[in-house]
Amino acid sequence: MNTIYILWLRQLKRYSRSKSRIIGSIGQPLLFLVALGFGLGPIFKKAGGGNYIDFLAPGVIAQGILFTAIFSGIELIWDRQFGFLKETLVAPVSRFEIILGRTLGGATIATIQGIIIFALTLLVGFKPYNLLMLPLVLIVMFLTSLLFTALGTAIASVLDDMQGFQLIMNFLVLPLFFLSGSLFPLQGTGFLAIVARFDPLTYGVDALRSSLSNIAQFGLLTDLTILGILTLVTLYIGSFLFSRIEI
Amino acid sequence: MTNAIEVKSLSKKFGDFVAVNNISFEVKKGEIFAFLGPNGAGKTTTIKMLTTLLHPTTGKIFVNGYNPVINQNQVRKSFGIVFQDPSLDDELTAYENMEFHGVLYGLSKNLMTTRIEELLRIVDLWDRKDSLVKTFSGGMRRRLEIARGLLHHPKVFFLDEPSLGLDPQTRSHLWEYVKNLNKKEGITVFFTTHYMEEAEKIAERICVIDHGKIVAKGTVNELKKQTKTKTLEEAFLSLTGHEIREEEFTNQDHMRMMRRMWRGGGKH
Repeated sequence: MNTIYILWLRQLKRYSRSKSRIIGSIGQPLLFLVALGFGLGPIFKKAGGGNYIDFLAPGVIAQGILFTAIFSGIELIWDRQFGFLKETLVAPVSRFEIILGRTLGGATIATIQGIIIFALTLLVGFKPYNLLMLPLVLIVMFLTSLLFTALGTAIASVLDDMQGFQLIMNFLVLPLFFLSGSLFPLQGTGFLAIVARFDPLTYGVDALRSSLSNIAQFGLLTDLTILGILTLVTLYIGSFLFSRIEI
Repeated sequence: MTNAIEVKSLSKKFGDFVAVNNISFEVKKGEIFAFLGPNGAGKTTTIKMLTTLLHPTTGKIFVNGYNPVINQNQVRKSFGIVFQDPSLDDELTAYENMEFHGVLYGLSKNLMTTRIEELLRIVDLWDRKDSLVKTFSGGMRRRLEIARGLLHHPKVFFLDEPSLGLDPQTRSHLWEYVKNLNKKEGITVFFTTHYMEEAEKIAERICVIDHGKIVAKGTVNELKKQTKTKTLEEAFLSLTGHEIREEEFTNQDHMRMMRRMWRGGGKH
């Protein structure tokens, strides 16, 4: 328990100390909200989609969570390169505790990031339909965070250095984001709607949209079940890959 | 049991490359023992196997009586290590780095508080305890790593090229401290180096390793006698030859370069 706690605490301390990281990660969602929200809003309304900000806000929150979570996981490569990982690997603790502590830490950071972006969406005029849903929103945020931190950690366990970073960005993170229906409705998109069903973020976006804006495609129960199962599977694979790390 | 470390016919292969080739040696309890060898001789690979970071391909190891492959945790509790490359968290303070270590090794809160203060005072970092490690010089980092490695009172202390990149003052200070510790607490010290004078001055016994094989072992005098030479340096060259070792430019080196670029070479 103490091991998990200290690893979790370490992640949080590192996060709270890097102001540039916090500010930097707010910039992107803000840009999406302003450029897309105000830029496409009128067209969205004309097409009969309703208020675009209400539709977009949960998607942008999910995007912020996705980016922060994956990168918190991938930070493992950094630890490996700068040597700190060795300190944890020679310690008399199980590797499962190490990976669990790390992942929970990364997921907490991504959730905080999600909350910050949620606050931003309120500033640009987003109105959640029911404030009583907020505890549920937090649960969805945390589960999504957990899934993608675990994914980032799993990937980092098999990469040696940051060379693969661009590859992950272009072939994993951006597709996960753009194909998830975070920016546009999936209904009636044909092939794209099918692809989106294989994107785990789709369910995170849908769950957030259900609980924040009452717009649902699959429904909360389906979303949470799929997210939960995927998280467990990813954690399992991740800890297996992590346990095989030799330095 | 009188041996702190026992190694029997140990080998490690990476694909076709044999990094460590059938080596055997033992380190007595309370001894200061040096692994001397040119670059790429297999020193670090051996240390990694002794400290549970790598699995041996064949052979047996006992550290403090335990087998690192089977009783990982008992082995891990019984040694402390200072790695060749820095292994501190730069974004944490000196104190937080120590605390992190203490928690991982299951020390109680009280014990941890007393020991951290004691050790940080010994390595002269107590008044910098709340500074982030990224503001530390290379020498300060090394001192902090030594303090951290000793926090859980290990029986065996591994130092992998501990004086690499340190100025002579820091180096002499470091060894004085380690020798003192060995005398007072009876901690077994195992270190690797390629500095002759360091091995000569500090180690009670030396093992010369080259191309993954042990080419000689014994006290400095025994080595000199064996090779009919006057200095350890001559003995070393007579044992390992004059050929210059080309090491491949590995990821590790790349990383060292990156770190120099990012953090400024002067600090390391």
